[in-house]
Amino acid sequence: MAMTKWNNIKKSTKSNLITFGIVIGFYLLVQILSAAGVMTNSFAGQLVPICAYVVMAISLNLVVGFLGELSLGHAGFMSVGAFSGTLVWVSLYDTVPHWLALILAFVVGGLVAGLFGFVVGVPVLRLSGDYLAIVTLAFGEIVKNFMNAVYLGVDSNGLHFSLKDSNSLGLEPDGKILINGAMGITGIKKASTFTIGFVLVLITLIVVLNLINSRSGRAISAIRDNEIAAKSVGINITRYKLIGFVTSAVFAGMAGVLYSLNFSSLVAKKFDYNTSINILVFVVLGGIGSIRGSVIAAAILTVLPEMLRGLNDYRMLIYAIVLIVMMIFTRNPKLVAWRKQFTDKVKAQFVKSKDKSKKSKGVA
Amino acid sequence: MQFLSYLINGISLGSVYALIALGYTMVYGIAKMLNFAHGDVIMIGSYVIFFAFSTFGMNPILSVILAMIVCTILGVTIERLAYRPLREAPSLAVLITAIGVSYLLQQVAQLLWSSNPKNFKSVVSLSPVTLFDGQLIISAETIVTIAVCIIIMIALTAFINHTSTGHAMLAVSEDRGAAQLMGINVNATISLTFAIGSALAAVAGALMCSSYPTLMPTTGSMPGIKAFVAAVFGGIGSIPGAFLGGILLGIIENLSKAYISTQLSDAIVFLVLIVVLIVKPTGLLGKKVNVKV
Amino acid sequence: MKKKIISGLLAASMVLSLAACGSSASSGEASSEAASTTESASTEGATGETTPIKIGGIGPITGAAAAYGKAVQHGEELAVKEINEAAGYTVFDWQFQDDEHDAEKSVNAYNNLKDWGVQILAGPVTTTPTLAVAAETANDNVFTMTPSASAQNVIETGDNVFQVCFTDPNQGVASADYIADNGLATKIGVIYDSSDAYSSGIRDKFTEEAGVKGLEIVADESFTGDNKSDLSTQLAKCQSAGAELVFMPIYYTEASQILTTANKTGYAPKFFGCDGMDGILDGVEGFDTALAEDLMLLTPFAADADDAKTQAFVAAYEEAYGETPNQFAADAYDVIYSIYQAVQSANITGDMSASDICEALKAEFTSMTFDGLTGTGMTWDASGAVSKAPKAVVIKNGAYAAM
Repeated sequence: MAMTKWNNIKKSTKSNLITFGIVIGFYLLVQILSAAGVMTNSFAGQLVPICAYVVMAISLNLVVGFLGELSLGHAGFMSVGAFSGTLVWVSLYDTVPHWLALILAFVVGGLVAGLFGFVVGVPVLRLSGDYLAIVTLAFGEIVKNFMNAVYLGVDSNGLHFSLKDSNSLGLEPDGKILINGAMGITGIKKASTFTIGFVLVLITLIVVLNLINSRSGRAISAIRDNEIAAKSVGINITRYKLIGFVTSAVFAGMAGVLYSLNFSSLVAKKFDYNTSINILVFVVLGGIGSIRGSVIAAAILTVLPEMLRGLNDYRMLIYAIVLIVMMIFTRNPKLVAWRKQFTDKVKAQFVKSKDKSKKSKGVA
Repeated sequence: MQFLSYLINGISLGSVYALIALGYTMVYGIAKMLNFAHGDVIMIGSYVIFFAFSTFGMNPILSVILAMIVCTILGVTIERLAYRPLREAPSLAVLITAIGVSYLLQQVAQLLWSSNPKNFKSVVSLSPVTLFDGQLIISAETIVTIAVCIIIMIALTAFINHTSTGHAMLAVSEDRGAAQLMGINVNATISLTFAIGSALAAVAGALMCSSYPTLMPTTGSMPGIKAFVAAVFGGIGSIPGAFLGGILLGIIENLSKAYISTQLSDAIVFLVLIVVLIVKPTGLLGKKVNVKV
Repeated sequence: MKKKIISGLLAASMVLSLAACGSSASSGEASSEAASTTESASTEGATGETTPIKIGGIGPITGAAAAYGKAVQHGEELAVKEINEAAGYTVFDWQFQDDEHDAEKSVNAYNNLKDWGVQILAGPVTTTPTLAVAAETANDNVFTMTPSASAQNVIETGDNVFQVCFTDPNQGVASADYIADNGLATKIGVIYDSSDAYSSGIRDKFTEEAGVKGLEIVADESFTGDNKSDLSTQLAKCQSAGAELVFMPIYYTEASQILTTANKTGYAPKFFGCDGMDGILDGVEGFDTALAEDLMLLTPFAADADDAKTQAFVAAYEEAYGETPNQFAADAYDVIYSIYQAVQSANITGDMSASDICEALKAEFTSMTFDGLTGTGMTWDASGAVSKAPKAVVIKNGAYAAM
């Protein structure tokens, strides 16, 4: 018993190290390629979005894979994080050192998203299954619609806020519009770099993997596997669910800051239902509960539509087909068994001694 | 009077949501999957009617029947190719393929019929009902949509409660494994569910586009989501719940447009939904109704 | 096992991306000066007298805004084809990339064009993506001419960014002036798309100018991109507020819906639109154009205008794509032709760097006059804004008529 436990821990540590290895290896590879001057503009331009989506995927996987709850509104947290972080960045840009403004932007973005996570989480985590999914979807849509209608300006008299239009802000001539409704925030000085994205991915990985392997993480997994049993051994369901949910929201908010500071403009429309769904696709295709899978799937699926550009009009059609086929190929029980059988056979070619028991297992 | 006119606008929008939600809740109740491609099947059905009716001048009823046949075949094919291989897989896997199918249908529609919008000619040729000397007009589409909703509701309830196939559906929705052991062909039952759901989608498409005539490859997606919300609002899996949820959603949406803010009406709808679910976690009629499709 | 498959996929994708790297040897980092991206362009494809100039277009050709992007794609393609055929050699090498009406995808599309060696950008089509891309092109100093992204801050992004369309504020003011000066109505209802920068941009200036001109805005209603199928309540509010004229700074798709609804409910005010309204007569298949009777719009382009240039364009477009061109296609066509005119008079060739071309074009555009489909005597100021006269037309018997 003690032995197996030890093995398990070791296995997870090993697995985590591989995940870190992949991320760091990828970072080094990109650095080498760019130093050698052989990287395309297209690929270089996708690096920051890739990091942002990787963080989003890890963060959502915490909810879907470990909390066992379906969230269809994760882009909502990304949105509130992006807007609050960008506001901090834009307003501090001229007054404090850039590195400090940037850190503050990330901290504020994360905190605001975390706060929203808490506010949404407290009532909502009572619900379960598809009802929770629909409430998170509703949350995402509320954030989008609300941010689309927000007008915020600043002048010598302070901040002005309106939900109607920019005229009704009543700004003095020296005033500046910060958020202009559907136009969002414009004229953002770009700050995100691949290195910042890489650091954020590392921080996310460290925090999330530690959480999963901690006491709280085991409690969260216990709740996912059997809520009643978990309750009966005295696990505080709401508390642990909230820990997971809020952590997830914090990182989603930070991913939003990373994402928005990579472009000169930020609009609420970007963080819609489709974005939430896309991130869910990363998580499910990468393997629910597999952090490494999320990382890899997010990176590949962000790059894939760009690689299909040569197909012109058929690009999104092929993307849709690839998505369906990949899903069936990796999740159909028969195909999974068949693949297992196949690889076992291949293995058997090399390791002739132990093959028999494995083979029969594969067929079953 | 003004209020009544807004209310009627709300009911007519709500009846469309209700009609879509009936198909949604039917598939969800039995196959236990969120069929995100439902809205896009509606879109395909609408295009079929558009070409049959507006372009080739077919009889409107025949056009709708043609669309029902096309959608039924489409729905069953999608189920067979994209959903059935994942029946034993985690439910999220099917959700993702459903999203893939949704993208696929939109792209196919765009390639076949271009992204230019089409103006759908109403399949309802009756004249509107005018009340109070023309101050209040209820369009014929609204009346037909509500009537169709009620007919479908009664028919579905009767079918499920009073036929052996319907009982098989109930059994599959209760416990798939046990149903199989009782000799029910689970695959056939689920295929039939998709067939019915998709045929309903064609009807929903016909009436939705008759009321709101712009038809584009993306036409189905937002009403699809709204109808899903309506189904949850009313208690997903419950047939009367889908109807009630749809109508209420339409009314709330239009009254908030009229009296609060047109920009924030969607936000208000979703906020009401959250509040309702927090108070009644299984939707308005989620528990009370024993007709669980 | 799953992990192995995924690692396999990763490896495959790495190989692919490396292969992609290999195919375009010239480019450095995203932020490197644009000159480096064009070095490779000069050596290849010299089929005619001079090296072709690489023009890239960006716009949504999939998704909800695809109709606009497609029109621009076709307009540009047609112009490039005509120019190359007339010259007898390849003047312009042209390609068009999809951006799905999304800023991130649009920047990706631009980076993709950079890898190809783009020297002049004819796009993007919609405002939000254009804002993001313009920041990149300003940084790289690549000349950017958008056919249709009409927000004021698009051209404020950099002095390399030009527009062929009117700016939104310009249209809002012109509309209010037109309505007031011609005494069309005093009680105005507005229905606009609050989630769209174009629509809300015009509406903001319109309401401001309306106040100045003594017009009374009795109803100010909006819808959003997600919630535009049911516009009956917005219309009912205009009706109950007694609006004599409904101003619709929106695209023809939604306008066709409003006109249909108004007809059903028996509400018949005057309707007034902007350039987005162009397309109402033939952009929506199956729309009963009788409903658009007496609709007024300010538009720079009318497909049934009787000048030879427009007629030749419409005929060629209909033959090539089987549909009537709208204002987007015309703007795109003008983008290419105005660039062509500038390229000729400034003696720009394909072996110049993108940055040199940009400087030459900037100088040329701010000093030249261009006669296109969407206006005669068009000039540009240093900010990149176009100056051309808006034409007001009214729909009579299913066709545009001058007012």
